[in-house]
Amino acid sequence: MSFIDYFREGKNNSASVAKERLRIIVAHERGQRNQPDYLPAMQQEIIEVIKKYVSINDEEIHVTLDKTDDHSVFELNVILPG
Amino acid sequence: MAKIIVVTSGKGGVGKTTTSAAIGTGLALTGKKTVIIDFDVGLRNLDLIMGCERRVVYDFVNVLNNEANLSQTLIKDKRVNNLFVLPASQTRDKDSLTLEGVERVLNELAETFDYIICDSPAGIEKGAQMALYFADEAIIVTNPEVSSVRDSDRILGILQSKSRHAENGAMVKEHLLITRYNPARVADGEMLSVSDVEEILAIPLIGVIPESESVLKASNQGVPVIHDEESDAGNAYIDAVKRLLGEEVDFRFLTAPKKGILKRLIGA
Ligand SMILES: Nc1ncnc2c1ncn2[C@@H]1O[C@H](COP(=O)(O)OP(=O)(O)OP(=O)(O)O)[C@@H](O)[C@H]1O
Ligand SMILES: [Mg+2]
Repeated sequence: MSFIDYFREGKNNSASVAKERLRIIVAHERGQRNQPDYLPAMQQEIIEVIKKYVSINDEEIHVTLDKTDDHSVFELNVILPG
Repeated sequence: MAKIIVVTSGKGGVGKTTTSAAIGTGLALTGKKTVIIDFDVGLRNLDLIMGCERRVVYDFVNVLNNEANLSQTLIKDKRVNNLFVLPASQTRDKDSLTLEGVERVLNELAETFDYIICDSPAGIEKGAQMALYFADEAIIVTNPEVSSVRDSDRILGILQSKSRHAENGAMVKEHLLITRYNPARVADGEMLSVSDVEEILAIPLIGVIPESESVLKASNQGVPVIHDEESDAGNAYIDAVKRLLGEEVDFRFLTAPKKGILKRLIGA
């Protein structure tokens, strides 16, 4: 690809970086908006309990809340060491 | 029945007041009796953009406090019939606004007006929430830039949870207005495109206003840019008003005029 084509094609351009970042942050913030108010505190307490028994890294914790019409599924994934 | 339309954005300085003035004027030009309310209490601006700053006697807060009535306070536009401005107070703060007071004023305006345009202050706090609470429709003003798009999504969240319609299980009708759009920079991959922003916010598009020198000229003169028939921004606002009234209009000004090969090479 020639130098000029590189800019024309717009691969790796900053606008596509902006779009990707927005896609992620907006999805994340929408998820938080619909969650019940007690969720962050409950999540924190559950994690504290786990930490009493095993040492875990905060990055190894994944929490999701999936809503359907009549119920929600709360999912907590923790990667335990070793 | 009057329609209450809030012009809002979350982020400051994106073009809400410019848009409120243009759309309000455009609606009045089609014969709809229209009032534009400046909700930016403490930071009055709409009067300057509308060119009526020297005719402000009373303001929105005076009306809320029963210190003046609406007919003493509304400023009739010099150019367009059926167009009025309700200026904000320059001296008080946003705590002067209460939902009960705002509702009373809106109800009174609704008796005689077809359209009530609420020019929201920036932010997502009390002032912005007051401006949007009673809205039937919302124009979300967004610049093609990350922080503006994110804030637009946050204000959409507030419209969907903390507006009167939302509290009654109904919906505020949402419209996306992208402004300060620069098609040349989009073509060069430096700016989010209309479809990028549409895809992320996922609400119907009502207008795309190009970045234009005519907007500054219009604000210098106190003449809403929609009066400038030569300007692309003015024409783009005319199209947006038509769409607001339910007409189907093709989008214009989405592509840049082609540059010559020489200009491209020297990057001008
Ligand atoms: N299409 C455009 N092209 C060029 N400049 C523009 C355009 N739209 C708005 N501007 C400029 O952007 C600035 C902010 O506009 P405006 O006051 O309408 O924004 P706002 O959202 O009401 O701001 P605030 O949040 O402070 O109330 C002004 O200087 C205005 O001239
Ligand atoms: Mg403003």
